[in-house]
Amino acid sequence: MGLAIQMAFVVAAALFIFGLKLLGSAATARRGNMLSAVGMLLAIVAALLDQGIVEYQWIVLGFVLGGAIGAVAARFVQMTSMPEMVALFNGFGGMASLLVGAAALATAGSTFTLVTIVLSILIGGLTFTGSLVAWGKLSETIGSGAVTFRGQQIVNSLIVAGIVVSAVMFCLQPESSQWLYLIIGLSLLFGVMAVIPIGGADMPVVISLLNSYSGLAACAAGFAINSNILIVAGALVGASGIILTQIMCKAMNRSLTNVLFSGFGSVSTVET
Amino acid sequence: MELIFLVFILMLSIFLGFELINKVPATLHTPLMSGANAISGITVVGAISLAGTGQQDLSNWLGAAAVALATVNVVGGYMVTDRMLAMFKKRGSK
Repeated sequence: MGLAIQMAFVVAAALFIFGLKLLGSAATARRGNMLSAVGMLLAIVAALLDQGIVEYQWIVLGFVLGGAIGAVAARFVQMTSMPEMVALFNGFGGMASLLVGAAALATAGSTFTLVTIVLSILIGGLTFTGSLVAWGKLSETIGSGAVTFRGQQIVNSLIVAGIVVSAVMFCLQPESSQWLYLIIGLSLLFGVMAVIPIGGADMPVVISLLNSYSGLAACAAGFAINSNILIVAGALVGASGIILTQIMCKAMNRSLTNVLFSGFGSVSTVET
Repeated sequence: MELIFLVFILMLSIFLGFELINKVPATLHTPLMSGANAISGITVVGAISLAGTGQQDLSNWLGAAAVALATVNVVGGYMVTDRMLAMFKKRGSK
């Protein structure tokens, strides 16, 4: 049974790869999306058949709740507001990786596992809040302009330093949970700070980048719980997302650094 | 599973991901992003294994919440992508 499940994951990975390939060309894109959805269904069914699963009510509840929200949102969203819908979905994916990483802590043994837990929480967290801000800017829930203030770079540097310190401390003392909470809090804050200085017009590029991050978060979560399908699919999304982000930048005749740091003013004038 | 094999898998998948995407027409940027986003919902597989352990502990609850969130990503992601692509076909653009 274990082998059959692993084989199903291999097939699912192949379907993801083929699906992504077909999504790149207009004639086959819809078929590609279908294939990748079939791969996802296969992976989920295989995961449900695993021997470690003894209780199904919470899984089913999660499926029903998440499926209903996703389906209703996808079905009734206006055509013009689809990019922000993607951002929102992406944020949920990031949050899911954060939770999986945090849950894996209970069984974590090695320092390597702790590092991957930190990564999945960090990337998942900043993907979550970053995507929420991107959604807010695109849907004009919050102002779409670039938000900058004096000393922003200093604040951001402090946040990054705080993340590094708490990550190291967490790996050294995994039993004291305050470092974990600090990492979660700071990564959520960092997601907001990274996206607010970017103007609404650049949001599609940002969403594409955050999409790549959510893949990396899934990949890190895969290492945390030893799941090869998470590693493969997450890495695929992470890598292809970065390339797509670059292509989108090129189509706008900008560089990625230019988009990401345009709000700070210093970089943009040099490059254009 | 041996860690080193997982790292090998990771490296190969990253290269593959880089190679998969090239020369995408501009109209397909958003659907491709959305389709890839749906795949990142694969976290649901990890969440399932945490949510079904039968132990009523914190990681079980976290896993259940992760199942719900990742399912939103998966179901919504694929459906939105399909709607976008269906629109292309209707318009008859190439």
